[in-house]
Amino acid sequence: MNTIDTPEIPTARQGWLSVLAMAPCEALENALTACAPPSLTWLRQPQTGLFMVRARAGGTGAQFNLGEASVTRCAVQDEDGRIGIGYVRGGNARHAELVAIFDLLLQKDDYRAELLATVITPLTERQQAARLTKSRQAAATRVNFYTMAREQA
Amino acid sequence: MYVAVKGGENAILNSHELLATARRGDAGIPEITPLQIREQLRLAVARVMSEGSLYDEDLAALALKQAAGDQIEAIFLLRAYRTTLPRFGYSVPVDTSRMALQRRISAAFKDLPGGQVLGPTYDYTQRLLDFSLVEMQPAPIPPLAAEPLPDSMPRVTDLLGHEGLMEAELPAHGDPAPADLSREPLSFPADRATRLQNLARGDEGFLLAMGYSTQRGYANSHPFAGEIRMGDVALEIIPEELGFAVCIGEITLTECQMINQFAGSRTVPPQFTRGYGLAFGEAERKAMAMALVDRSLRASELGEEMKSPAQQQEFVLSHSDNVEASGFVQHLKLPHYVDFQSELELLRKMRAKRAKVGAGETALEETV
Repeated sequence: MNTIDTPEIPTARQGWLSVLAMAPCEALENALTACAPPSLTWLRQPQTGLFMVRARAGGTGAQFNLGEASVTRCAVQDEDGRIGIGYVRGGNARHAELVAIFDLLLQKDDYRAELLATVITPLTERQQAARLTKSRQAAATRVNFYTMAREQA
Repeated sequence: MYVAVKGGENAILNSHELLATARRGDAGIPEITPLQIREQLRLAVARVMSEGSLYDEDLAALALKQAAGDQIEAIFLLRAYRTTLPRFGYSVPVDTSRMALQRRISAAFKDLPGGQVLGPTYDYTQRLLDFSLVEMQPAPIPPLAAEPLPDSMPRVTDLLGHEGLMEAELPAHGDPAPADLSREPLSFPADRATRLQNLARGDEGFLLAMGYSTQRGYANSHPFAGEIRMGDVALEIIPEELGFAVCIGEITLTECQMINQFAGSRTVPPQFTRGYGLAFGEAERKAMAMALVDRSLRASELGEEMKSPAQQQEFVLSHSDNVEASGFVQHLKLPHYVDFQSELELLRKMRAKRAKVGAGETALEETV
């Protein structure tokens, strides 16, 4: 676990774990076949369980338990003792495995730069583009007649 | 009382087969898949997730298929399944102010910053049956605005809060962890966090009726839909291996902030009070009903006269859960033969006694 103590990695790791968790499983599968990973051992086989989702009364007040969400997690280790972890919402075990494998590879100096460029960056761009499209679809339903009425007045 | 009975194994197995056949319907018609249910019956899926208290669209869709569309049965299936899964932990509280909005409206303010965003709503449809849906349709392509919505859309309640006109919603000192109804049984009096958890998984129909009763005068709290927003929020957890928060996916939530009649005290000038609703998925009716009932259950805290069902937390919280309610109502179908036999015998004895006493009285009359 010594690798996560280096200064810049935690934030980067926070970022790529999220991008990987929200990526389509097939995209990660394809990326993995392209990158020739080293031999790895599973510290924790994929396991599906629950996280209780918490929220706040009124959005800002006391915490309360809203309901649970299914989450699948696993952990993988390489020969140097480096650990990759995978957490994904839902029950897709293979997706969790792929997140853990890429999390481990992204911590390795000989993989990081290339994987950030060929996997993480394009996935991030795709996710941002999807969010933008969704937001523009919602924005097209924004009510504008109040503004028009004011202009007429 | 239900007493266990034996026998009927073969009949039960055959009943399972018949149920599977009934579920399948006409074998000449293509079978529906959970994926189709997830994508095309998303509002049914949202209700099963909310009241099943488990956010998993695939499992909820499967439950709906298995239950042949019976929502309460599907909710029961999901609740039962969740008990087989280990609990990994608790999420970081979701931040609905950072929601990627698909819908956001206010019935209280027309010119709210960021504007009113209708999103995918049935509100302005004509509610005429659309016979074009009988046939397969090409997938529609929704229009796009030139610009996306602003990154940050303030909550209406926060805008009024700045002027002190709205009661503040702040965590108690130290931001304590809430009680968890999936771990501890409900006890009274229940605090707000416990009530909100109960309402969040409560039956939509029950909460709708309770909320409606407050509007009809049983504890009216003069509600305004201050803001309703729906969209995706980040699900953040702190993996035990890392110690910092990671977003591991998004969940769709619907939030309703009801603004209600004012209350004040010697120390606080009059201000609007609030009711809060939050539900998994697109579930606007549920979130609104929940917000009305959350507010009515705050009656004693706000010093209001307690006179209506929607203000009684024992009444509301004990009857909101449709898994418990349907279990207890439907257990009446199970064999109660021994129980009924004893009632039958008691009734026969009572009637025999009455007949004997009656006969005695007649005899007495005759001698006079």
